[in-house]
Amino acid sequence: MAKDMTKKKIIVVGGGISGLMATLKICEAGGEVDLFSYCPVKRSHSLCAQGGINACMDTKGEHDSIYEHFDDTVYGGDFLADQVAVKGMVEAAPKLIKMFDRMGVPFTRTAEGVLDLRNFGGQKNKRTCFAGSTTGQQILYALDEQVRRWEVKGGVKKFEFWEFIKVMKNKEGVCRGIIAQSMNTMEIRAFRADTVILATGGPGQVFGRCTASTICNGSAVSAVYQQGAEIGNPEFIQIHPTAIPGSDKNRLMSEACRGEGGRVWVYKDGKPWYFLEEMYPAYGNLVPRDVASRAIYKVCVHMGLGINGENRVYLDLSHIPADYLERKLGGILEMYSEFVGKDPRKVPMEIFPSIHYSMGGIWVDRLHHTSIPGLMASGECDYQYHGANRLGANSLLSAAYSGTISGPEAMRWAKEGDRGSEMTDAEVEAARQECVDEYEKILKMDGKENAHRLHHELGDLMYKYVTIERENKGLDICLVELKKMLERWDDIGISDHSKSANQEAMFVRQLRNMILYAMVITKAARMRDESRGAHAKIQLDEQGNVMKDKDGELIFMGRDDARFMKITIVSYNKETEEPMVSYREFDHSLVKPRPRNYAVAKKE
Amino acid sequence: MAEQKTVTFIIERQDGPGEKPYTQEFEIPYRPGLNVVASLMEIQKNPQTKDGKKVAPVVWECNCLEKVCGACMMVINGRARQACCALIDELEQPIHLAPARTFPVIRDLLIDRSVMFESLKRVQAWVEIDGTWDVKDAPIQNPYTAQTAYEISHCMTCGCCLEACPNVGPQSDFIGASPSVQAYLFNLHPLGKFDKEKRLNALMGKGGITSCGNSQNCVEVCPKNIKLTTYLAQLNRDVNKQALKNIFNK
Repeated sequence: MAKDMTKKKIIVVGGGISGLMATLKICEAGGEVDLFSYCPVKRSHSLCAQGGINACMDTKGEHDSIYEHFDDTVYGGDFLADQVAVKGMVEAAPKLIKMFDRMGVPFTRTAEGVLDLRNFGGQKNKRTCFAGSTTGQQILYALDEQVRRWEVKGGVKKFEFWEFIKVMKNKEGVCRGIIAQSMNTMEIRAFRADTVILATGGPGQVFGRCTASTICNGSAVSAVYQQGAEIGNPEFIQIHPTAIPGSDKNRLMSEACRGEGGRVWVYKDGKPWYFLEEMYPAYGNLVPRDVASRAIYKVCVHMGLGINGENRVYLDLSHIPADYLERKLGGILEMYSEFVGKDPRKVPMEIFPSIHYSMGGIWVDRLHHTSIPGLMASGECDYQYHGANRLGANSLLSAAYSGTISGPEAMRWAKEGDRGSEMTDAEVEAARQECVDEYEKILKMDGKENAHRLHHELGDLMYKYVTIERENKGLDICLVELKKMLERWDDIGISDHSKSANQEAMFVRQLRNMILYAMVITKAARMRDESRGAHAKIQLDEQGNVMKDKDGELIFMGRDDARFMKITIVSYNKETEEPMVSYREFDHSLVKPRPRNYAVAKKE
Repeated sequence: MAEQKTVTFIIERQDGPGEKPYTQEFEIPYRPGLNVVASLMEIQKNPQTKDGKKVAPVVWECNCLEKVCGACMMVINGRARQACCALIDELEQPIHLAPARTFPVIRDLLIDRSVMFESLKRVQAWVEIDGTWDVKDAPIQNPYTAQTAYEISHCMTCGCCLEACPNVGPQSDFIGASPSVQAYLFNLHPLGKFDKEKRLNALMGKGGITSCGNSQNCVEVCPKNIKLTTYLAQLNRDVNKQALKNIFNK
C-alpha cells in the first residue's frame, strides 16, 4: 500500500508529561510524531514531582468548586497569570484526573476506593490528588505506556539520546523542523516537520544546585530565544521552601509533608518557634511557596535562628503516626533516610529553600504558539498559567493540560497554518552545516577554563544575586559578571576529543545557552521595580544602600499594579547578545486584583 | 590532621562500543554526604588520573539524583545499584565502578538499555483505553489492590534486576524480572485485566517466565524493594493456568 502522503509530521522535543500528552493527542488526531529526548522519556524530570496534582474533585464534603481553584491559582500567582488561560486549565482538571485513573495511575485511594485528596499550600480545601509521594513518576509512567502503545501502532518514532540544537526556519521565518545531534554517535541531522513543539522543561541548572534534574538546563529555550522567540516573565523563579541541601543537588521534600500536618520550626529563646503558624495564622504552614521561603530565609539569614546557626530549619513530621506517614509519604521519607541517614518518622528533618521551578519561559498565546510561527511550546518551558508564583500541585496539572492544547493545535497548524514555502534541500543542509561548524569549533577549543567549573561559578553567582531577596545594585553587578562569564566561555578548553558520546562538548554548548538565559532572568529582575510573588525586591536609598525600617526590618518595594501588572517580554539582541525588556498587557478580566495577604483568610 | 581526606576510585572504562575495556584510578577530595555521582562530577571538573595524567572525563548517565529516574545504574563494588544514592561513607575503598555489562556498553559507564523498553512492548505494559478523551467516570478500585499496584509501579526500568540475574544475558534469553512483573501490574487494573490473556500468552514463549531460574537475585538488588519474586511466582501460576486453558480451548 502506498504511504499516506497526507499524514502530518509533528516534532515534539521533550518527553516529560507535557510532551507525552501532546504526542498522544497528535496520534489520536492522525498525525505522526518524531519524539526527541535527552534520555529515555521514562526518565524525564516530571517524575520528580512528588506531592500531587490539583483538581476540584470535591469528594471530601467541603463544597470545593472549580471557581475556588481558579481564584486560589490567580491569587497565589499574585495576579500575573492570564485569567482566561487559568480558567481553561482548572475546568479541565477533573477530566484529566479521570483519564489518568483509566490509564492506570495508581492514585492513593480511600477505604471506599475513590481517589483520596490532600491539603496543599495556598488552598483551603482538599484538592490535591496523589499517588503516595511519587505522583509525577506515576503520571509520567502512565503517559509513557500510552505513547509506547502508539509506538507499536506506528504513530510515534522516538529519538532518545538526541539533543535538540536549534529550529530550522524557511525564507518567511516559519519553523519547518529542527537540527539535532545524537548523544551517542555525535551525528548531527536535520529533521523536517509541519509543526514543532518544545516541551523541554525548566532552566534549574542555570542556578547550579536546585531540585531539578541534571538535564533541566533550559538550553533549548535559550536556543530558540536566540533565534527570535520571546521569553515571558523569566524573573519569576520559584524557590521551594523545603529541600534537603546537598553539594550535588538540593533534594525536594514535598509540600505534601506540610499538607499532611508537618510543621516548620526553629528554636527561639530555647523553645520551638512555629514561625509560619505565628506569622500567617490563617494558612499557617500551608502558605504558598514564595511566602514560606521568604519567612525561612528571614529567620535564618536576618534573625540568625537557623539550626546551629546554619541555614537550616526543622520540618517536623515526628508527631504523626508512622503507619499514616508510610502510606501517604513513604517514598520521600525513604529518600530522606537514605541521603541524610536519619529517620524523619522519629526526628525532625532539616531543610532550607532551593531553586525549584520557573513560572516564566517561552512566551506563548493561549493556543501555545510562540512568537516564531510554526514553533509551539508547552509545559514548564512556557510561561503560561502560574503568574508570579505557582501553587504546589498545579505544575503537574499545567504540564498535562498544556499538552492537551498544544497537541491538537499543532495538528491544526500543520493542516491550515500559514507555513510559507517548503525548505529546499540546500537550505536544510545549510542549516545543518551551521550546527556542524559550531560543534567542530567547540571540539577545537583549547583555552584555560573548565566548563564544569565555570558552570559551578554561574550557579554561585545566580544564587548570590537573583534568588529570594533581590536588589538593583546586586542585579547590576550580576549582569556585568554574566557578561564576563560569556567572554570566559570563549576560553574553555576541551579535554574530551572523542567521537563517541562526547558529553563534555555537548555540555559546553549547553553552558553558553545557560549563561545567555541567566542574563534574561537577571535583566528582567532588574527592570521590574516592584515585589510580586516570587520576585521580591528590597528598596535602596539614594546612596544605593538597602533600606530598613525603625525595627531593623528590610523594606521591600510593594506590588505596583499601575506600572507592572504586565507580562515581561524579553527578546534577544543579536548584535550585543543582550536581552531587551518590554512589557505586554494580558487578560485579567475575570477577577479584580486585590492585595495578597496569607495572614488572613482570602476574601473574594 | 591537616591532611586532606580523599576518595579513590578504580573505574572500568571503554572508549566506544566493542572497544577493549581498561581501568583508570582517580582520586578526589572527600566531603561529607558525597555520593558516587557527585564524585564523577568532581572528576569532570578536573579530569586527571591519580598519577596526574590528563584524560577525558568519565562518561555516564544520570538525571534526577534522587533514585527515581533509574538512569545512573552501574556496578559499584561488584553490585548493581544506583550511583546517586551510593554514599561514599558506606563504601569500601578503593571504590570499583564498572558498567552493567548485561547491556551493550556505549562508552565508559554508559550503557544501552533499550532492550528493556522493547520487552515492555512485548508484554503490552499499558491499559488499552479508548482514547484520552472523556468517556465516563473511571471505575472504583479496591484500595488494597491499588496499593500493590502502587508498589510495582515504582519500577524505574533501571535494570539492576537484569544485571543481577544469572538467566539474563547471552546464555539465556529471559527478558528479566522488571518487564515480566509489569505484566502482572496491568493484569491488576480493572480495565487492564481485559487483556490479561494477551499478556500471559506473551510471557509463555521464548525468553518468557519459564526462563526464570528462580535464583532470587532480582529481589535482593531491586532499589525500590519491589517484591519481585512474589509477583514472578504469582505470574508463573497465572501463565501455567493460561497454558492449560489454551490446551482445552483448542
